[in-house]
Amino acid sequence: MEQILQYSLSGIATGAIYALIGIGFSIIYNATGIINFAQGEFVMLGGILTFFFLDILQFPLWGAIILAVTGATLCGLLFERLAIRPLAKATPINLVIVTIGGSILIRGLAMLIWGKDTHSVPSFSGDNPIAIGSATLLPQHLWIMGITLAVICLNKYFFYHTINGKAMRACAYNPRAAGLVGIDVKRMVLLSFVISSAMGSLAGIIIAPLTMTAYDVGVMLGLKGFCAAIIGGMSTGMSVVVGGLLLGVLESLGAGLISSGYKDAIAFIILLLILFIRPQGLFGKAETERV
Amino acid sequence: MIKHPLCKYTAFVALILIIPFVLKGSYLINVMVFVGINTMLAIALNLLLGYAGQISLGHAAFFGLGAYLSGVLTATHGMNPWLVMVAAAVGVGLLAFVIGFPILRLKGHYLAMATLGFGIIVYIVFNETVDITGGPSGLSGIPNLKLGPVAFDSDLKNYYLVWIVTLLVVLLAVNLADSRIGRSLRAIHDSEVAARVMGVNARLLKVQIFALSAVISSLAGSLYAHTMAFVAPASFGFNFSVELLTMVVIGGLGSIYGSFLGALLLTLLPEFLRFLHDYDIVFYGLLLMVMIMFMPGGLVRGIPALLRRMMTGRKKGETVDA
Repeated sequence: MEQILQYSLSGIATGAIYALIGIGFSIIYNATGIINFAQGEFVMLGGILTFFFLDILQFPLWGAIILAVTGATLCGLLFERLAIRPLAKATPINLVIVTIGGSILIRGLAMLIWGKDTHSVPSFSGDNPIAIGSATLLPQHLWIMGITLAVICLNKYFFYHTINGKAMRACAYNPRAAGLVGIDVKRMVLLSFVISSAMGSLAGIIIAPLTMTAYDVGVMLGLKGFCAAIIGGMSTGMSVVVGGLLLGVLESLGAGLISSGYKDAIAFIILLLILFIRPQGLFGKAETERV
Repeated sequence: MIKHPLCKYTAFVALILIIPFVLKGSYLINVMVFVGINTMLAIALNLLLGYAGQISLGHAAFFGLGAYLSGVLTATHGMNPWLVMVAAAVGVGLLAFVIGFPILRLKGHYLAMATLGFGIIVYIVFNETVDITGGPSGLSGIPNLKLGPVAFDSDLKNYYLVWIVTLLVVLLAVNLADSRIGRSLRAIHDSEVAARVMGVNARLLKVQIFALSAVISSLAGSLYAHTMAFVAPASFGFNFSVELLTMVVIGGLGSIYGSFLGALLLTLLPEFLRFLHDYDIVFYGLLLMVMIMFMPGGLVRGIPALLRRMMTGRKKGETVDA
């Protein structure tokens, strides 16, 4: 029983990370219809840039974090301008391949610049565990939950109460109609890449103190984020958050109670089961095809 | 131009027969063995993706299952390799058939995610069942194949072995693509609902082609295990599934010979990028993006278009000269 509480708590923290990454997937998917396989690389960039600014350039932690988010966001912006925009008329499968190419490129460059070693990033506020009932929590876990909550609230505000956010939702609903009422669809696509790379890098930064960072951490984190987005039915709202938390908690329980070697397998088995029972995701609405 | 399917196939067989004489004594003949294996895999995926329009990001799993079944049953249990190869292909085909029903109900990115998940689960099982597979460090001591007095123990012999099977797979795929089944698959690709209205049993046909694709991949896996004599999980992970997808798309979706071109390019490329050392991965990613940007239809459509443009360009030059 104590263990279950402990596993659930750490599961919620990793689940929050998956949720942040998953929302990034959804934002780009809704704006463009693209599954951006390079999403995980922005998560990696967040962690590794923080290490770079903090350890090598000796910036203070808050400065390093701001610079890392800025750097990763710039990468996302460049990626959209150089690789996605020129391909506006490509088929979905070609777009997927381009994002895979982009992810290989970014990962390769990161390997050349920072090497193959694993680097550690210090926790934001020490490592003294906090007791909650019979379980313990690290301060970093609280940071993760807090920051995720803040980002989600900000996201909600942006999409429902600002003109740009509403324009982005209009694009997701019908890009042609959005264009007709005067929304600059191209700018909205660019904005979607900017927002999701910023969110992805932030997720990478807040988890780096717990898991360390290296050039190749983005692959698995990206895929789990994609899982969360799929479970949540590719929305940008709470359902992806629930999807991420569900995935994180079940994965953590499975790893703790069954086998840690199969941790990643458990996450994907959960995903397959959900897809088999509800092919449109846990919260997605069934689509009807028009012929 | 050679348009008739039989002419194309004969030309392809001739090309494959000439290659060993051109590459005599070169280590590239060994690379060509892997081109053969990858061609089979790319064709398998192309039947599913290029014809039926169903994406799979987990095809490396079927390849790996074939390789590990062959490896474990021959190296550890000393069973007859040919029998095992057939049994593995049947077993993997059945597995694909069973999981095909729930998986192929999914569409688009949900299908991509489910196949990806399946691939990763299988990959993790290869890593974790250390007692059977040897875990991350791999399984060695897989015997070479033997046929009567001939042991397939050299690169050249393996070349012929692998390419005979590959040529048979090509023949099968070309015929299948041009048959009633091939047309039904293309109908499903364009619109599943319309295909069903026209009387195509889309649900069953998708699962059948998925299973066939798995059988071919498993055969390729068995051949891989016996020619390499060693298998490790790293060869069957998500990255390899992506590489297969890249071969199919770069070669040209819905073109059997395109799959060969894609497999050729992506297998040879690392050999020629050796001089770049660690930079090769960067170059690889860049090439992938550039190829899609400038040849979205794949090599099989892009090269003729390029040649045509060069020819018309030259004609313009001539008129200027005149």
